[in-house]
Amino acid sequence: MLIITILIAVFAPILAPYNPKSGENVSISDIYQPPSAQHLLGTDDAGRDVLSNFMYGARVSLIVGFFASFISVCIGGVIGISAGFFGGKIENTLMRFTDIMIVIPDLPLAVVLVALTKPSLLNIIFVIGILGWTGTARLIRSQTLSVKERKFVLRARAIGSGNFHIIAKHIFPLVLPLLVANSVLVISLAILEESTLSFLGLADPTTISWGQMLNFAFTRGGVSSGAWWALLVPGLGIVWVVLGLTLLGHGLEQIFNPRLEWHHLSVNPKMIDRKEDVKNG
Amino acid sequence: MKRFKYLLNKIKWAVFALLFVLVLNFFLFRVLPGDPARAGVKDPRMTADSQQAIRVRFGLDKPVINCFVSLNPLKLGNCLINPLQTQFFIYFGNLLQGDLGISYQTNRPVGEMLGGFLLNTLILIGFGQIIAIFLGIFLGLIAAWKSHTAIDFGAMTFSLVAWSLPTFWLGIVLLFLGSTYLGLPVVGKFSAGMSLQEGWLKFLDVAKHLILPTLTFTVVMLGEYMLIMRSTVLEVLSEDYILTAKAKGLNTFQILVDHALRNAMLPMVTIIALNLGFTVAGAIQIESVFSWPGLGLAIFQAVNRRDYPVLQGAFLIIAITVIFANLFAELLYSYLDPRVQAS
Repeated sequence: MLIITILIAVFAPILAPYNPKSGENVSISDIYQPPSAQHLLGTDDAGRDVLSNFMYGARVSLIVGFFASFISVCIGGVIGISAGFFGGKIENTLMRFTDIMIVIPDLPLAVVLVALTKPSLLNIIFVIGILGWTGTARLIRSQTLSVKERKFVLRARAIGSGNFHIIAKHIFPLVLPLLVANSVLVISLAILEESTLSFLGLADPTTISWGQMLNFAFTRGGVSSGAWWALLVPGLGIVWVVLGLTLLGHGLEQIFNPRLEWHHLSVNPKMIDRKEDVKNG
Repeated sequence: MKRFKYLLNKIKWAVFALLFVLVLNFFLFRVLPGDPARAGVKDPRMTADSQQAIRVRFGLDKPVINCFVSLNPLKLGNCLINPLQTQFFIYFGNLLQGDLGISYQTNRPVGEMLGGFLLNTLILIGFGQIIAIFLGIFLGLIAAWKSHTAIDFGAMTFSLVAWSLPTFWLGIVLLFLGSTYLGLPVVGKFSAGMSLQEGWLKFLDVAKHLILPTLTFTVVMLGEYMLIMRSTVLEVLSEDYILTAKAKGLNTFQILVDHALRNAMLPMVTIIALNLGFTVAGAIQIESVFSWPGLGLAIFQAVNRRDYPVLQGAFLIIAITVIFANLFAELLYSYLDPRVQAS
């Protein structure tokens, strides 16, 4: 699912039948045209081709998703690892700060921040990035705590390794898989948040994104003129990408951090088998 | 004594969070570019007198805080002035009196504008949450019990899709379908003229307007609650006391309700509390789509009109409400599970 979207986003200029930025000759009859051979997915409120906009919009969603979640995961990873590794006062301060950040509702704060700093692509990425790290920090902290207790950390310390060396060589590689799985989920959250911000009217006016397409179609009479193509297509795009990322993220998490799937009331009881597996493996 | 100490500790952190939000709100309004009060002051067409008048109206003529005239760290001012005469403390004083500033758009006090909106948002969130929590607990329990069957697979698929749906888009789709095929009202809280009616008719009209927003809200929240309930119940069901209960010869219903459900409820309380931010985000989107006159709609309109005081007031009200709700949930949790007080 993801690969298709990424391909569409990368090759948008080749694939798209129209260039969304070029000022075409638009007449009043072009507005909200239903899908036809000329415009496969119809046209929007300004007579632009929905399919082309959709392809270019995929770029913004993915760019914001990847870069914002990169910022989030970096902040969350650093805070999580240092809180888990150093413990004591550092941990207390960092985790208390995290708790405060968790309590503050993200979206209203993001709206205020983006509105005050003027919505540009960079600002949106930055705001989503600096607000989305709390979950990662908590997860990574608990993972670091369990890795820290293992024997090889003690051994490394015994032969005189410094803190930085232990974190880089022993802790980080073991936390990494979980970090990757988590970052996939963070990307999906970032994409959802970006589309929400753009729908609320906080999109970069110089680019096209899926949320912005929905904003235009919704606020400019798309519903009353029955233009389902302009409303349905960008939304399905978001669902497609987010669902793909979520499945991938949960799948990775299941591999790196397996949870129980069988229990005493299971229709096909495998509890005993599972326990054997755990013992053997 | 321990209990009292625990309570005090929780309240202390809630107050810290509150102060953090307030200070953040104060500085955001003054640091970030695009502050229209200042943009207005810089307008070259204005006379010096009217510039000063705007400064006085928004309180920008006073020093920001002791030692700092403006937020430029190089331009230090007098440190010995009365701190109560600085913007920082005037802001806090105003807040204590419920003064959230004046809307740029309507020139009315923000607090007055948003007061009624909060109640409407709470009505919407309340109904949606109750339905979503009950359904989520019930379906999650079933899905965990029947894990690895078609029922479980169906429930999982539904929750993952519901989780991936952008809330506002689901709202638009339901609005489209509901208004076209079911003839449900989709805009606002009342039909025209209904706000003047009394009693049953008015209630029925509001209820009709609530159907679609509540449905949207329920679907979005349900997915997450179901997923969490399922994994919690799965964990509980593999505990040894479940095996004991089964060995005692209790029937499945008894085990599920008396043993599994009760123990799985505790984590749900935490999750629901942690989820409040997400809930608020959902409400903002749904209100924007259905024009439900709550805080979310206020935010949506304020964004489009660049009405910053309203935006900040709405953020402040939401943040304070969420912080208090969180505190309440933690206290409830400590009451339900006295073990947490010890740790």
